[in-house]
Amino acid sequence: MSGPGLTDPRPLSPHLQIWKFHATMVASITHRVTGSALYFGSFLIAAWIVALGLTPAAGEDVPAFYAAIEAVITSPFGQIILVLWAAAVLYHFANGIRHLLWDGPAIGFDPKVASAWSVFNFIFAGVGAIALWAAATLL
Amino acid sequence: MSSAGAFKTPTAQARGLGSAKEGVGHYIKQRVSAIALIVLIPWFLFSVMNAADAGYEGARVWVAKPWNAILLILTFGAAFFHMRLGMQTVIEDYISKHGTRQALLILNTFAAIGLFAVTALTVLQIWVSASV
Repeated sequence: MSGPGLTDPRPLSPHLQIWKFHATMVASITHRVTGSALYFGSFLIAAWIVALGLTPAAGEDVPAFYAAIEAVITSPFGQIILVLWAAAVLYHFANGIRHLLWDGPAIGFDPKVASAWSVFNFIFAGVGAIALWAAATLL
Repeated sequence: MSSAGAFKTPTAQARGLGSAKEGVGHYIKQRVSAIALIVLIPWFLFSVMNAADAGYEGARVWVAKPWNAILLILTFGAAFFHMRLGMQTVIEDYISKHGTRQALLILNTFAAIGLFAVTALTVLQIWVSASV
């Protein structure tokens, strides 16, 4: 946690532009980017649950707010958001498991393994998101 | 090192400059909530896809089943807790301006707790109203 406001300049975490481009570097940055995206995505999940908790007004089958959310979800724009959300969840999930394996049993630090694993996580997230979308749409 | 530093003990030099001895706690909480989410997130993805597909009535019936309600509340608890810890790190890494940093950290805490209260109470309300 941050202490009182000191006047001496403290070091900040290195910013994006100083890193050499590499699979593991992209994987690490993507972990943070997807984590931040999921933070805001969770507000949308919360909105869906809140809509589900509403009761329909007189003359309505479904609460207006729920109907509005459902209309957005089923629109092309909403479908794109859902696929991107699924990709972000799957990426953060796969790469998060890798973080746990790094921190616990210390598996996967070998440079070749780390690079290959980074690529795998991207493929897993992309293919997985499209598979989920296909399963939800076609089945 | 400044000449004044030579007369200070190492503790006195470090005091006020570094961690506030809370880093390990944060590290462990982040990972314990991650382990919970390894189980909860696949369940959540699979279930919510089916529930959303069932429409308003169908989704409410799904939420009202005790195990689903319990797992939903656990998922929300673990996810919002994990989210708050992650965003706290992001804010601390990139926002150096003292007032802005503190304001965002407070906002982050309020957002996480607010989201949990709203979602958990909504799930409870659907569960209880269905079983009356």
